[in-house]
Amino acid sequence: MADVMLLSRIQFAANISFHILFPAITIALCWLLFYFKVRFQISKHPVWMRIYRFWVKVFALTFAMGVVSGITMSFQFGTNWPGFMATVGNIAGPLLAYEIMTAFFLEATFLGVMLFGINRVPPWLHTLSTFIVAVGTSLSAFWILALNSWMHTPAGFEMRDGVAYAVDWMAIVFNPSFPYRLGHMLLASGLTVCFLIAGISAYRIYRGDNKKAPTLALRTSIFLAAILTPLQVVMGDLHGLNTFEHQPQKVAAMEGVWDTTQGAPLLLFAVPDEQQRTNHLEIAIPNMASVILTHDPQGQIRGLNEFKGEHPPVKPVFYGFRVMVGLGMLMLLSSWLASFYLWRKKSLSKWMLKFFIAMTFSGWVATLAGWYVTEIGRQPYLVSGVLTTADAVTDIAPENVGISLAAYLSLYAFLLFAYVKTLFYMARKSVEIEEYDAEEYTPARTTGSSEDSQ
Amino acid sequence: MIVDHQLPIIFAGLMAFSILVYAILDGYDLGVGLLLPMDNEQQRDKMIASIGPFWDANETWLVLAVGLLLVAFPSAHNIILKALYLPTAMLIIGLIIRGVSFDFRAKVNAQKKTRWDKFFKLGSFIAAASQGYMLGMFVMGFEVDFSSVAFSLLSAAGVAMAYALIGACWLIMKTEEELQLRAINWAKNAGKICLVGILAVCIINPLINSFVFDRWTQPPMAYLIAFVPILCFAFFAIGYFTLQRLPAENDNGCWLPFVLCTAIFTSSFVGLAFSFYPFVVPGQLDVWQAASAPESLRVILYGALIVIPCIFAYTLFSYRVFWGKVRDLEYH
Ligand code: HDD
Ligand code: HEM
Ligand code: HEM
Repeated sequence: MADVMLLSRIQFAANISFHILFPAITIALCWLLFYFKVRFQISKHPVWMRIYRFWVKVFALTFAMGVVSGITMSFQFGTNWPGFMATVGNIAGPLLAYEIMTAFFLEATFLGVMLFGINRVPPWLHTLSTFIVAVGTSLSAFWILALNSWMHTPAGFEMRDGVAYAVDWMAIVFNPSFPYRLGHMLLASGLTVCFLIAGISAYRIYRGDNKKAPTLALRTSIFLAAILTPLQVVMGDLHGLNTFEHQPQKVAAMEGVWDTTQGAPLLLFAVPDEQQRTNHLEIAIPNMASVILTHDPQGQIRGLNEFKGEHPPVKPVFYGFRVMVGLGMLMLLSSWLASFYLWRKKSLSKWMLKFFIAMTFSGWVATLAGWYVTEIGRQPYLVSGVLTTADAVTDIAPENVGISLAAYLSLYAFLLFAYVKTLFYMARKSVEIEEYDAEEYTPARTTGSSEDSQ
Repeated sequence: MIVDHQLPIIFAGLMAFSILVYAILDGYDLGVGLLLPMDNEQQRDKMIASIGPFWDANETWLVLAVGLLLVAFPSAHNIILKALYLPTAMLIIGLIIRGVSFDFRAKVNAQKKTRWDKFFKLGSFIAAASQGYMLGMFVMGFEVDFSSVAFSLLSAAGVAMAYALIGACWLIMKTEEELQLRAINWAKNAGKICLVGILAVCIINPLINSFVFDRWTQPPMAYLIAFVPILCFAFFAIGYFTLQRLPAENDNGCWLPFVLCTAIFTSSFVGLAFSFYPFVVPGQLDVWQAASAPESLRVILYGALIVIPCIFAYTLFSYRVFWGKVRDLEYH
């Protein structure tokens, strides 16, 4: 039983981690494509179409990866976690059904028009299709995050004979952690895409692509990142405050607080030790954690020892949180610095280009780290206070789960490799073949105001 | 007002409907994948272009069908997918390989493109065959012994063939000239094998499942339902003569094989559904035993009543946009 549980958990985590990589891109990329398309429609300048055409290819590829990995998710929900549907199916079911009916069909159908219909429908209808696909992806995030947030902070239901029944659908959908999680995830998607575009464009410039399109794409993404990062820090802080109220044991694990403390320090680094229930090698700012979480230097933070046997494994939550916040800070610094350079000097130095190439997939890392914090932080519960993970697990033969897991993992490794390789191949190819467009080099237009704003 | 007792029937109907729509729609695009000729790149481009705008939405019907099974009949979902755990994993892997190959092939250099085309064909085959295998297992009541595995393997081949048939009919409608001639040939061959397959199922199914036998032989329902196989074979006959006459002048009637094929799929499906209703898991669970709480079903139903007509409207819109013969690959 324990084996199936472990394997099922690894399999679920592997599948959803693979899946979320692609929605993290498509959700925001589609809005950016819409933006590029509108800019083109207004200015009629071909450079916007150039950018659109390059990134719509990336979008198509990413979307395909997202769809096929999502289909896996819809099968395995019931297969590996039958106890989940048996206990909270009356709540999870309608939310999942609404996601399929309102979001998946919408985005899948208009995707066809968006990708293949550009010469078949009038321009406004094509732009509208792009818009509808963007609405569809965000709507899909809305429903699935409503479900996920409900699992963290359940509300609006009652238990009868061990089964959850819906009482108030508004309370279920707009449960206490939902607004923060939705906002935080949408911003995370925005940042993931900003750094992806910045990284690939920097790569093209670095390889000698001196055309207008990559430069403009780089500017757009960096200016946008400079706006989104501070928003994300604020949103993350609000999210944390909300979690502090509803899941104090998760926050205690994130902050590495063992004993209930007045005026807890903010640990920049430490090695938590669950055996001895203490931290080693602490580097800390005194009282700072209490200031952040309670807005009072002497505020009280409840420690892990209050939740013995009921709190999540500390290490992954603790480290995951630092990876995410660390990357968030790095994104903040780098996007502001680069914005300053772009504003004053109109271009980036070689080492800055290299830095952004290295940061291409930083959004993925931060997003995954964030999800690990959230999801592992909920353990040992699957639905906080209602259902534990152990009670939900399947009784499929462990060999079978092992076989399917091995197959998925090798397939995913291969696909991820092919995906990243293809992105860079496309970037190189567009350096080599992108045809010369006289209009792009007309000085009057390249310095025109239509492209200078972000 | 809908009473609680009817809700499970309505949901079984919705689920059956989305399975049928899935089999027809994803059937033709999986079929096109199965038929991909490795000797002619231009034809491959055309064939893939013909399904490009649709495959994603087609697959969504599978998500809806599985979703309805999960949310409306969770205990049946549990039993079925547990019994079919590995074939399901195969199906998913096939769909993954196919879905990504479709996009990778257009982004990589020419030499690798052929490799992704092979993956595309392989993925389509794995997906189609695992669906057939799952159907076979379902009919055999999930027994794992020699005869049911043998039957399921036959069923895997049969479903793959049926998809090849509808794929070929789709191509007859969407293409011209040489490729169309080729498609007509494919359809003729696949059609013959499908006919044999359907006959085989009609004989074997009642022999192994006694309740199916009773159902098809007890009047008065038996007289009514007897029309279904008769119609089905009539469609085959008309299809046979149509294919002999194609391609006709001005491409008249190029859509007829596809319509007939849809009718064949529908009548076979109705026959099968009639055999097993009201069971969701043959012999074990009927729709009432398997259903979730009526309150939740009702919430979904009200949404479905509004949303499903909208889905139809914009699906029609998208088929209108891409109406007529497929043009050259105009990717993005
Ligand atoms: C609607 C539900 C839902 C959603 C949207 C997510 N998860 Fe989740 N997650 C679960 C529902 C769930 C679960 C069913 O509740 C699991 C399965 C086993 C478990 O412990 O909780 C889980 C576990 C789980 C685990 C393993 C935790 C452990 O076993 O200790 C990881 C690493 C993730 N998830 C990661 C993610 C990521 C990267 C997501 C990004 C999309 C994500 N989850 C979204
Ligand atoms: C754990 C539960 C999840 C399940 C069961 C699930 C299921 C699915 C399925 C079946 C699809 C394919 C739909 C289609 O055919 O078009 C899909 C795609 C998608 N999912 Fe998920 N998903 C999950 C988690 C998430 C999360 C957490 C997000 C976002 C925050 C998300 C956002 C999306 C988006 C935007 C798509 C559209 C396709 C794409 O972006 O490539 N999903 N998902
Ligand atoms: C820099 C400041 C940041 C802070 C203070 C912060 C705070 C948080 C907190 C407290 C959680 C857990 C909430 C819970 O489980 O209840 C979380 C989750 C998450 N974070 Fe962050 N975060 C920051 C930056 C980022 C960045 C830069 C990204 C990605 C680009 C990101 C992506 C995520 C994701 C995807 C989750 C999981 C989904 C969710 O619960 O919203 N975060 N964050």
